[in-house]
Amino acid sequence: MQKRRVEIAVGVFVVLGLAALVMLAMKVSNLSAVTKDNGYLLKARFSNIGGLKVRAPVLVGGVRIGKVAEVILDSKTFEAIVVMDISNKYNNLPKDTSASIFTAGLLGEQYLGLEPGGDTAVLRDGEEVKLTQSAFVLEQVLGQFLFSKASGDKASHE
Amino acid sequence: MPAALTENNDNLVRLRGVVFKRGDRAILDGMDIDIARGKITTIMGPSGTGKTTVLRLIAGEILPSAGTVEVDGQNVPKLDRRALFALRKRMGMMFQTGALFSDLTVFENVAFPLREHTKLPENMLRDLVLMKLEAVGLRGARDLMPSELSGGMARRVAMARAIALDPMMIMYDEPFTGQDPITVGVIMKLIRLLNDNLGLTSVIVSHDVQEVSAISDYLYLIADGKVVEHGSPAALKKSPTEWVQQFLNGLADGPAAFHFPAPDYAEDLLAGVASK
Amino acid sequence: MTEWFRLVGARSLLFVERLGRGHLFLLRMLAVLPRVIGDFRLCAAQMYSVGVLSMQLIAVSGLTVGMVLGLQGYNTLVDFGAEQSLGQAVALSLVREMGPVLTALLFAGRAGSALTAEIGLMRVTEQLPAMEMMAVDPFRRVFAPRFLAGVISMPLLAAIFSALGVLGGVFVGVGLLGIDSGAYWSQMQAKVDIYDDILNGVIKSMVFGVVATWIAVFEGYDALPTTEGVSRATTRTVVHTAFAVLALDFILTALMFGGV
Repeated sequence: MQKRRVEIAVGVFVVLGLAALVMLAMKVSNLSAVTKDNGYLLKARFSNIGGLKVRAPVLVGGVRIGKVAEVILDSKTFEAIVVMDISNKYNNLPKDTSASIFTAGLLGEQYLGLEPGGDTAVLRDGEEVKLTQSAFVLEQVLGQFLFSKASGDKASHE
Repeated sequence: MPAALTENNDNLVRLRGVVFKRGDRAILDGMDIDIARGKITTIMGPSGTGKTTVLRLIAGEILPSAGTVEVDGQNVPKLDRRALFALRKRMGMMFQTGALFSDLTVFENVAFPLREHTKLPENMLRDLVLMKLEAVGLRGARDLMPSELSGGMARRVAMARAIALDPMMIMYDEPFTGQDPITVGVIMKLIRLLNDNLGLTSVIVSHDVQEVSAISDYLYLIADGKVVEHGSPAALKKSPTEWVQQFLNGLADGPAAFHFPAPDYAEDLLAGVASK
Repeated sequence: MTEWFRLVGARSLLFVERLGRGHLFLLRMLAVLPRVIGDFRLCAAQMYSVGVLSMQLIAVSGLTVGMVLGLQGYNTLVDFGAEQSLGQAVALSLVREMGPVLTALLFAGRAGSALTAEIGLMRVTEQLPAMEMMAVDPFRRVFAPRFLAGVISMPLLAAIFSALGVLGGVFVGVGLLGIDSGAYWSQMQAKVDIYDDILNGVIKSMVFGVVATWIAVFEGYDALPTTEGVSRATTRTVVHTAFAVLALDFILTALMFGGV
């Protein structure tokens, strides 16, 4: 009857709409990486984080294992403290892991790369990554380069 | 809401000194109308005199600027929403255009008031609807859509819908206007039949003199917001008032002048010549 | 000179009066909403005419807009060597803006104007007074179900628009332009946030749903009971909805995305 058809059509419509929403949530967004219970926190201090932003990825060997959850300024030492949200799947990072801020491509955004060391003890929730390397700030490196080039020339002339 | 017993318990509707203004214009200017129970009363008058306004006042759709409107002892303008709705369930109305719901079948249109206001089981509802449709002779048309009905049929369905809840009163707004003679005859017959068989009180608003005179028990002639005359059709036919005679007999000229006010004819024509 | 002032003043007063009527109308609708939710059948019937019948238009539009975004995005990003980011560009554009806004505008044109015409016609044929005469509240029976149907349908339609748009972008980017499928999807998934982007987009489309349906139903209710009145009312629906949606979009975007 007419009414049944209408009701079925509306049901299908609602299902399609919800399916679209679910698809957007699962396939298009970062839902899987976001579910809160799935991660533990690590800290790292940097003198300069450059362009690193909250939600920037944390990679090990190029594989995303988490994201930057928070960036705080330590008001006593004026260092930047980066809080990372790491997925629980990767809970065996050695204590001597080093954290560096890299740039993806030449003009890309900045991300946090972790390089695991060889220590048998692992980092736990809330602990700090001790070895860090700050962001690549173009002006500083150029300045260093020019300075070293100048002194290099002088040295080779002697 | 207890219905107060007024002295004239044989008048279902009483309008006293009703004034209705739209802006500065008084559409109704001191009207007194009595609608007797169980009878067919017709309100007649030239177009635009506010006949439909009277119906709307009775139904509580609009409020009078002054005066009282009583239906079955209840003071209509003073009723709150709930009481008004309760009263309206006991009144049926047939609109000029039928006003059927265009997205429902004939059956569903008539069933509408029953579905909305009663919790009758489906088979009982079906029987009631079919009975109402049978009364107006359209039981076989129950599955048609309003767009498939002729004007006359649509009005008959509207009548069936108006009696669906077995009201105490029905109001007909221009039921004969623009219909072919057969349909007019059918509707006339139905109005009289329903009124007598169901013990209804009927109020008709119309300006179709012949038809209305044939079936009405009482007539009210209104003009310029006032009641000019009232009485049975026979009494009115003998009325000495000139205007009443002109109206009832459909004369082209009389107290309601044929000519729109204009300057003197001869002068008007000559004025064009003289301006040379 | 004073005549001009008088006209402006009169026009403004009319505008304000209409605004007030419109809000009172909305309040009356909201007041009966609980009872409509209880008896859902009326609303379901409306969702058919409002949602299901709009689906075709929305789906096709979403797909094509997504494909166009893919092409245009590629043309721009390739200059920066950033074609890999096409996925996120398309997805973010759709989910944050294009989806909710375009769906609302298309809705106004198709479903909104149909609602206005339907209700306006009911007014012309005296169906609304007839209903009131039968002691049935047209707000409960006619207006609120349609309103609810629009409010529910809009986010669903916007989601369909965005989802198909993303697929359209995939078709163009991966299928036609040869971007690596894995890179496309993973970049997109990395940069589209479920809360900040998707949820905000859904909230936007819900707000638009309320506004667009409200305007459509009110314009029908307020139309003059003549054929000309109805035709003017349908035009007003589309125009007013467009203004309202675009203005609200700016406000919502500033609120939601301004802080990022």
